[in-house]
Amino acid sequence: MNKKAQEQNPSGRRPSNPRLLLWLFVFGIGMFGFGYLMVPLYNVLCKATGINGKTGGAVGYEVNEPIDKSRMVTVEFIGSRNMNMPWEFKPNDKRVKIHPGEYASISFHVKNNSGKEMIIQAIPSVAPGDAARYVKKTECFCFTRQTVDKDYEGDWPVLFHLDRDLPKNITTVTVSYTLFDVSHIGKSLKRGTLGHLN
Amino acid sequence: MSDVHAPEAKGLVNRAKRWIFTTNHKDIGTLYLLFSLLMFFVGGVMALIIRAELFTPGQTLVNPEFFNQMTTMHGLIMIFGFMMPAFVGLANWMLPLMIGAPDMALPRMNNWSFWILPFAFTLLGSTLFMSGPAPDFGWTFYAPLSTAYGPKSTDYMIFSIHLMGISSIMGAINIIVTIFNMRAPGMPMMKMPLFVWNWLITAFLLLAVMPVLAGTVTMMLTDRHFGTSFFNAAGGGDPLLFQHLFWFFGHPEVYILALPAFGVISQIIPAFSRKKIFGYRFMVYATISIALLSFLVWAHHMFVAGVNLQAELFFMYATMIIAVPTGVKVFNWVTTIFRGSISFETPMLFAIAFIVLFTIGGFTGIMLAIAPADYQYHDTYFVVAHFHYVLVLGVVFGLFAAIYYWLPKWTGRMYNETLGKWHFWLSAISVNVTFFPMHFLGLAGMPRRIPDYALQFADFNRIASIGAFTFGIAQLILVYIIIRAMRGRGPVAPAKPWDGAEGLEWTLSSPPPYHSFATPPEIRYE
Repeated sequence: MNKKAQEQNPSGRRPSNPRLLLWLFVFGIGMFGFGYLMVPLYNVLCKATGINGKTGGAVGYEVNEPIDKSRMVTVEFIGSRNMNMPWEFKPNDKRVKIHPGEYASISFHVKNNSGKEMIIQAIPSVAPGDAARYVKKTECFCFTRQTVDKDYEGDWPVLFHLDRDLPKNITTVTVSYTLFDVSHIGKSLKRGTLGHLN
Repeated sequence: MSDVHAPEAKGLVNRAKRWIFTTNHKDIGTLYLLFSLLMFFVGGVMALIIRAELFTPGQTLVNPEFFNQMTTMHGLIMIFGFMMPAFVGLANWMLPLMIGAPDMALPRMNNWSFWILPFAFTLLGSTLFMSGPAPDFGWTFYAPLSTAYGPKSTDYMIFSIHLMGISSIMGAINIIVTIFNMRAPGMPMMKMPLFVWNWLITAFLLLAVMPVLAGTVTMMLTDRHFGTSFFNAAGGGDPLLFQHLFWFFGHPEVYILALPAFGVISQIIPAFSRKKIFGYRFMVYATISIALLSFLVWAHHMFVAGVNLQAELFFMYATMIIAVPTGVKVFNWVTTIFRGSISFETPMLFAIAFIVLFTIGGFTGIMLAIAPADYQYHDTYFVVAHFHYVLVLGVVFGLFAAIYYWLPKWTGRMYNETLGKWHFWLSAISVNVTFFPMHFLGLAGMPRRIPDYALQFADFNRIASIGAFTFGIAQLILVYIIIRAMRGRGPVAPAKPWDGAEGLEWTLSSPPPYHSFATPPEIRYE
């Protein structure tokens, strides 16, 4: 106990335990909450910087989108299925060469071989991660969960362009989609709130 | 008048009651230390199963599934079951003695925080005897390996970690309240022994990150059973988030293990150099800086997980900065030894080995901190070598040093110096034989956590396995020494067996009375 504390406690009694205890417990519970706070913080940070290769939501179609004709960028597409879903899922166009600012429309071939209706969600990821926030999609099957009938077969389009601010050192952008079976997650949602294809 | 002796208990039931209901800091310290000794051997046997399998290439002893369970359980048990309880045990025994307090501030909570642990580890250990596999995804339990793909027993691990977390948080709170409120009159913060300082800072680290780990495993639990998608990409979550959360806990955890060991070394080096510690204030400031910096470096564990360039640069430089306060500590220890009147009893031998070998682990840590180099080292045996140098040759040697240093105080009996030296030399040599070749294995590209390997790695693996078995067997000497002292064999220890030692704990008899410092001691500083 230092001098000041001794003056406050002339009897030499020690300072209050319960009070300090309360503060420490509050701090501990606060840190538990902070762990959960990291989740939205992380998502906001990723959206702002594209750290984890996630792309943003839909952007409107601009007829007069200026085009950077000075360079060409190769955009590659990959389709994969999570946990070996019994589906066919592959890009019809493996790669396209476009100018930044130029719109391109590609499509993925999809076939549900599972023999049952499924709800799926496609999750995009872009490599290199730094390019993620420059990939602007106007139309994409990845925006919503899709309820897909059994034996469904079809082509799913993506309409996108690359932002003209795409760093000059990036000459190839790889866009990958992974199909997830979310039937167990989507069950509680009403039909009609989801995209429906048949 | 307070009791001088421990309560006499006759009969099995009464004896069990005495230990189950005890609120005495010395009893609880003993329980913690004995529990961690048991866990040291449980985790050690798992390590030896791993090393036996890796003795020769090919699948020899255990199947790969069991091998994975062994690496997972070895890590979890050694960190949460052995090292953390061991240092909490040291804190329980020594903090009140070192600051002149009659007991810990919250004795009943103290009892509870210990007695949670056996249940936590029974939960965790029971998974090995279930029909499905035990947790088998590595001690870092990354999602989705532990969520979507995790075996059913993962839930046992989750609740076990909850219990350990509650235990550590209560222990940490108890330590903070004790140090803040229970110091003897006349002991200001900046006169506290460095072991006490380091434990105070460690306790704050525990209080800050154990709740985050608890939150993380809770998210795993709800992802597994209650339809949330924190780490599930299909539902809009992100598996990478798990790594961020885990390492936000995981990196400070390294210092939770290391700082109390630093504190032990800061007590022992001056005692056997017969000098005051060099740069006391800077030792305190260095510990505080290490603790603060430990919150800013977590992503250096994730350089290959797809972190962008700016973040990699930040975490690389922040990690390297930690070398500065750590270097301050190492140089201060060396300067304390310099021109001291040195003697080499077993605690000092372990302390000197700690300084040398922990520093090697620190250097390989700086190598790993270099992001472009880490692309090669990541997930190889180089990493295994690095953290075993830090944790075994560092933290565990610090713990051994503490045991030899304070065992005469705890039991009132001197240990056999010859046996102690045998234990030291066998351990120091064999542990280097075990872990040094792993650097070469890692640089040559041997991945960690695999039950089989390419033929060119066979020689170094064989050497490492021989070292590991020698190290394991050498620890039986430690057990013998501890049991001998506890049973009252060996020469009687004086109140202060080390002539250079300083501190209030040496003013008490050896062993100290059951209730010590019922009236606060007089403290004078010249």
